[in-house]
This record gives sequence, structure tokens and C-alpha cells, in this order.
Amino acid sequence: MFNRTAIAPLEYTRKLWMRSWVGLTMLFLYAPLIVLMIFSFNDSKRNVVWKGFTLKYYQKALNNDSLVEAMVNSLTIAFLATIISLVIGALAAVMLWRFRFPFKGLVEGTMSLPIIVPEICLGVAFLIFFAKVDWPTDLPWPLNLSAITIAHITFCFPFVAMVVRARLASFNKEEEEAAKDLGATEWQAFRDVLLPHIKPSLVAGALLAFTLSLDDFVITFFTSGPDTITFPVKVYSMVRFSVTPEVNAASTILIILTVALTFIALKYQGVKGISDAH
Amino acid sequence: MSGPMQDWKSQKKPFAAVATAPVFWLALFFIAPMMIVWLYSFGQNAGPADIDISGTLDNYKRATEWLYLSIFLKSLAVAALTTLICLIIGFPVAMAITFAAPKWRPWLLLGIMLPFWTNLLIRTYALMALMGTNGYMNKGLGWLWEGASWLRTLVGMQPLEAWTPVQLLYNNFAVVLGLVYVHLPFMVLPLYSALDRLDKSLIEASLDLGAGHFKTFMQVVVPLAAPGIVAGVMITLIPALGAYLTPDLMGGTDSQMIANVIERQFKRANDWPFGAALSFLLIYAMFILIALQSMRSNTVKEAR
Repeated sequence: MFNRTAIAPLEYTRKLWMRSWVGLTMLFLYAPLIVLMIFSFNDSKRNVVWKGFTLKYYQKALNNDSLVEAMVNSLTIAFLATIISLVIGALAAVMLWRFRFPFKGLVEGTMSLPIIVPEICLGVAFLIFFAKVDWPTDLPWPLNLSAITIAHITFCFPFVAMVVRARLASFNKEEEEAAKDLGATEWQAFRDVLLPHIKPSLVAGALLAFTLSLDDFVITFFTSGPDTITFPVKVYSMVRFSVTPEVNAASTILIILTVALTFIALKYQGVKGISDAH
Repeated sequence: MSGPMQDWKSQKKPFAAVATAPVFWLALFFIAPMMIVWLYSFGQNAGPADIDISGTLDNYKRATEWLYLSIFLKSLAVAALTTLICLIIGFPVAMAITFAAPKWRPWLLLGIMLPFWTNLLIRTYALMALMGTNGYMNKGLGWLWEGASWLRTLVGMQPLEAWTPVQLLYNNFAVVLGLVYVHLPFMVLPLYSALDRLDKSLIEASLDLGAGHFKTFMQVVVPLAAPGIVAGVMITLIPALGAYLTPDLMGGTDSQMIANVIERQFKRANDWPFGAALSFLLIYAMFILIALQSMRSNTVKEAR
């Protein structure tokens, strides 16, 4: 900023108006979140005036059984959906990358549909589907989350497949052939040669699936039964009917969790790797 | 890609091992639910919990009534406006990231991506808290108002009357602002990846040959970044068109979008066949948008 060298023609980022533009955009993106986080520590029911520091809303949020249950449900669903999406997505990527088979274009196109179809349509489809097949709703935990988890896997695994397939493109098939020539079975070659190569994309895909699942409101809203509440659905009803500072506290916890996950991803891949994955 | 692809027939066992799970999942938990919705859209309510698939087109006929058609058109207009604003805000940001010093670039990108990873509901709620009648946006406007009033007294005019908070939420303005807030990262990321691949010497050449920054931008940068612009527009327009949460929470009674109408058919109005028809119309609209995009990119390829 205090650099006195002349601004080169292409150094657009050093121009004042460009800097202010980026600064204002960042302010627009972050101000609401930062205000929300700061006021989760505010000792006042009304959210505007600072009345002093308190942790009582965190205490309240953590003592609110249905809120904690919703959080546990959300994390459980995200965890299960991530693992299954990772397996199915990786298999799908290997299938599309390695084999020629009839109707390949059709399979590939269909697999990208869950990404494109609007959330509301997918949510409605699952509502009708689970009603039609009489999916049981009174199962014990965690089986009562199965419908939501299935819905989440459907929209998460195509993303995993996309990320893994991009990584597979740089795989040298001769390595796998060499392993087989040296006596490795199909499975050993997969486990010891291919799997290590796609590992970074599996980490990226897992984080993507986890965040997508944790983030989803619309599809869950349609799929969840009367007794299964996830965090976004719970926050939705709290925002809808009575805004309490507890929501701020719970939201802050989730934001911090998201940031922590992002930094774990950073550690694994570096900032560059993350930006390339998108 | 290295090496030729294998034919599935020569490798039946490995093929079955990788193909079974994804194909099975897709058929059972995506195609089957979608087919049921599609069939329901040709049905009618036969009882409280019974739908008769009679092949009727009444649901589609009803969807073309002005009431629903106008909501559809309005959703399209709101989504298009959102996309345009995102493009106007996002393009300079993407340019700034592209031409930033290498050590800053990843952090700027992370700055754009972090909100994108944050929960949508939390972001909407945070924006709502800021926009409430007691929120900071109203306070900021109040300060501006008082500043203007003070300036008026300086030049000897009557001060303005006292500031009364305005209702920023629960109207169409709030919906567009909310959608822009949520979708801005969707626009910036594809724009950045297109600009990043652009050959910077072309911009230098244009500037050296006497074109100004604006002319260079319009005649060199924009045409070369066109694929990224199209990708960004699609990736913003499609989810904005099907948005449910933002109009539901931030909109007023007159700002419902097509997704809210669909939701109502499944919850309060309890008219599943009509809701199914509306939701398939929304899917067809997406298909048309995607087809237009691929037609466009094909003609561009042929022209080169």
C-alpha cells in the first residue's frame, strides 16, 4: 500500500477504485456474519445495542435439548452421507474414466442431473417417493435419519464423482499396468496404486460432501418426518417464529466449525489446491 | 487422459464392481423419485391420501393461468436481475483477484469461498438481522439522513424531519439483495477461472497499441472471458430461479417465487399433482436454459 513504484498498466489490483470495490464486496459478504458472531456474546435480548459480554446464550443453546439434538442429527447425517457419497462417487468416477460401455453418455448426463435440478424439485421428489414406498418414520435413532441421509447422498455423490474424475485425468495408467505385470491383482492395483493417487481428491470431495449435507435446508425440510429435526430446519423454525439470541450462539458454533473444516482442508491441500478444486 | 479406455466386455468383473453401486443408487434414489413426480403431474386428487394417475393435462393447463404464469415470469425477472447485479459486482472482483500479487491471490479467493461454505440459512439470517428496522443498515441510513440534514442547515435551508426507520425487509428489494448476497461467490469463481487462463500479453498489446483501459476491457477482456461469463451466469441464474429460502424468509406477501408456490402445493394447499406439474415445468425451464447455453458454445466453437 505504501509502495511508491509506479503502477504498471496491468496492476489493476493496485488501483484505488479496484481496491475499494474489493473491500466493499468483502464488507458486504462478511459484515452480516461478523455482526452476528459479535452479538452472540451480547448481554441483551435485542440485538442492536452492546450491553456487555456474556456467554449465557451459549449456555442456553447448549441446554436447549432440541437444538442440541438437531445439531447431533445434522452432524450424524453429514458424516454418514459423506462416507457413502465418497464410496459411490469414487466408484462412479472410476467407472466413467476407465470403461467404455453402452449408454455411457446417458449415465453421465443423468449423474449430473442431481446437481442441476433445483433443490425444491428434488425435495418434492423425495417427499413423494418416501410417502409412496411407506418408508418407516418411527425407527430408533440413527435409523430414523435414513430418509434424509439417502436424499443427501443423492445430491452429494455426483459432486464427489466430479472432483475425483478431474484428479483421475492426471493418472498414468502405465503405473497400474506395471503393478499388474509385477503380479498385483486387480484389487491390489486399485488399493496400492490408484487409491493413493486420488487421495487428495477424496479429501476435497469429502469436505465438499460434508458441507453440502450440513448446509442443506430445502431437501431436508421436505424429507424429514415430524420427529427428525436437523440444525437448519430447527434454525428455520426459530427464525420464523421467535428470534432468540440462542440462534446467534448456535450459528456462531456452526460458522466456527465450517471455518475449522476449511482450514483442515487448507492444511491438506494448501490454499491453491482448494481454489483449484472449485 | 493417458491410455485408451477399456471396453466393459473385456473386464466384466471389475466393471460390475465399480458400476453396480452408482447405477443402482441413481436408478433407485434419483430416477425413481423423479419418475413418480412426473407421473403424479398427470394425475388428480382422488381422496385425502390417494392420487389417481389418469393422464389428465389439467395440472399443466392450470399452470398456464395468469396467476401462475405471472409468478413464473416474475421469478425469471428476479433471477435475471440477481444475476446481472452479481455480474456487475463480481467482474471487477474477479479481475482484482486475477491481477493481484501471487501471494495475495489465494487469500482473496479464500475470502470469496468461505461464505460459500457457510450455511445458507445462517447467512440469510445474519443478513436479516442487519436489515431489520433496528438493524445496522437502518442505522447507517439514519446517519446519512442526519448528515444530509446537517448539510442543509449549513447552506441555510430547513433541516430535514427526524429519521424514521424504513422497512427494508419483507419486500422485493430484500429478496434481490438476499439472492445477490447468497449467490455472489457462485459468480466470482467461474469468472476468476476464465480470467486466470486469459493470455495477459493480449491486454498489454491492446494497451500498447493505444486502446484505453475501457476499450481494452470491452473489446479484449470481455470477449476472451465470455466462456467464464456464460458459466457464471448459468451457475447463478439456475439456483436463483429455483430459490426457496430467500423469498420465503426475506420476501413479503407479493414476493413469492415459483419454489414457494410449489412448496405450498405440498404443504398447505395439499394439491400434490399440481405441485408435481409446477416442479416439472421448473425443471423444463432449466433444461431450456442449459440447451441455450450449449447451443451458444457450439456456435462459438464452429466460428473458430
